[in-house]
Amino acid sequence: MSSALRASESVGLSVSHLVIKYGDITAVDHVSFTAQPGRVTVILGPNGAGKTSTIEACEGFLAPTSGSVQVIGLNPFLQRKQLNRKMGIMLQEGGIYPSARVAELVRQYCSLYGNDVDAEVLISRVGLQSVASTTYRRLSGGEKQRLSLALALAARPHIIFLDEPTSGIDVNGRDLVRSIIRELRDAGCCVIVATHELDEAERIADDVLIFHRGNIVAAGTLDELRSGREEIRFRSTSRVDLHSLSTTLGLPVEQTRLHEFTVAGTSDARVIVQLTDWAKANHVDIGDIGAGSQRLDDVFRRLTAESAS
Amino acid sequence: MKLLRIQLACELRVLARNGEQLLLILGIPLLLLSFFSNVDILPTSGQSSVNFLLPGIVALAIMSTAMVSLGIATGFERSYQVLKRLGATPLGVPRLVLAKALSVLVVELVQVILLIGLAQAFGADLAGLNIAKLALAIALGTLAFSGVGLSLAGRLRGEINLAAQNALYLVLLLIGGIVFPMQEFPSWLHWVGRVSPSGALADVMRDVFSGTSVHGASSLVVLLCWAVAAQLSAFTLFRWN
Repeated sequence: MSSALRASESVGLSVSHLVIKYGDITAVDHVSFTAQPGRVTVILGPNGAGKTSTIEACEGFLAPTSGSVQVIGLNPFLQRKQLNRKMGIMLQEGGIYPSARVAELVRQYCSLYGNDVDAEVLISRVGLQSVASTTYRRLSGGEKQRLSLALALAARPHIIFLDEPTSGIDVNGRDLVRSIIRELRDAGCCVIVATHELDEAERIADDVLIFHRGNIVAAGTLDELRSGREEIRFRSTSRVDLHSLSTTLGLPVEQTRLHEFTVAGTSDARVIVQLTDWAKANHVDIGDIGAGSQRLDDVFRRLTAESAS
Repeated sequence: MKLLRIQLACELRVLARNGEQLLLILGIPLLLLSFFSNVDILPTSGQSSVNFLLPGIVALAIMSTAMVSLGIATGFERSYQVLKRLGATPLGVPRLVLAKALSVLVVELVQVILLIGLAQAFGADLAGLNIAKLALAIALGTLAFSGVGLSLAGRLRGEINLAAQNALYLVLLLIGGIVFPMQEFPSWLHWVGRVSPSGALADVMRDVFSGTSVHGASSLVVLLCWAVAAQLSAFTLFRWN
């Protein structure tokens, strides 16, 4: 596969002051960012955050109200023809004739792109050999996603846009998709992934853009987004008096999920000792204690909450 | 050229797998021609049933392919985002449209050959048939009906488009004098039939197959107007996504 994936462009994706409006509604509001070849840039955001509109503008499906987009140095509207030869796209769903068979489709797309990608190798790479003669409508959700990915790979892409690439895929399928994304990155492809799955983003992202209400509320590498955000995490099925614990530790404590709690602002071992002492004294069972940088979902929750307020 | 050939093959393959479409574009026209040619129940004003039916059934076949089959398939492809996905390949929109147009013409050619062959087997008199005029009538009919079909497909949701295309097909079949002569209609319906695209195409086809000009230029002009108006409508209304 790696031999099938080459990219020479020094510019991956450049979005400058992008504005997209639907009537009176502003879906994307003066968004600017860049994405580099040889890196995986993950666009995160809740529904309606503007990530799909932004990606569709980059793919040339949607005309911006204002601002500019350059994809591997090409304007997606004025130089669509040149771009289509080098760009792989994976729609969130659909895009395929329900009655078309897997092998036929992959062959068709490999021929349309004309980039010397071997259809049989591609089918095998995405693990669809056993369903090569099956029609699209009979595939499972995960198989449909992998077929859609194969069609994007048929472009031997210099830039690839993947919209929710692991949605509906089982564990093995996810591993496969992740390994293909890593291969693309290592071959120099500019990989853009839109997802709302934070765990997935944490596994594959080199760079992260967090969209909220049409704006980018955070951008950077995972480490940059987490830096200065140390925390101690623990689990407890007992009733935890957050006020008492917070007063004891002198730090904010909050419940993040059912039975999951965090002490914000530190990963100091001495605070962990204080925590366990407090639990023992108050007859609270705690476990799974961990310390370190904030998880991406906590970063995301904090940033989108800050943006909302 | 290679990309166009690849997409044309795909269009025909998808069509060939669709049983409902095959029934519509081949089954119904062949069945109507076979049945009414052999069961003498139509008021054909002295003409043999098969000679009366053949031009109308050819018109029906063109309507089935260019309007209903193309319209329904394109509507669903739009709903399934197939058009969007293909538009982002090197195929591009112009070649995709051309591939669809060529697939319609290929199917129409097969339809006409089968219908004429069947009609001959039933004893049709084809001495007056003018092939050049037949090609012109097919071209105009295709432009008119594909414009109507794509106008609906380009705006309506897949399922609603399916229902609308089938309903329109039935109405145009009945008022176009395809199976029943328009002379038997009430005068107001006769007039509606004459200015409908199916009625105009059926009239033009009757002149083409009989080698006469009973309907003169009026039907041809009506058909031409439909071809221009419907294509303009499709161009204006059609949305890819």
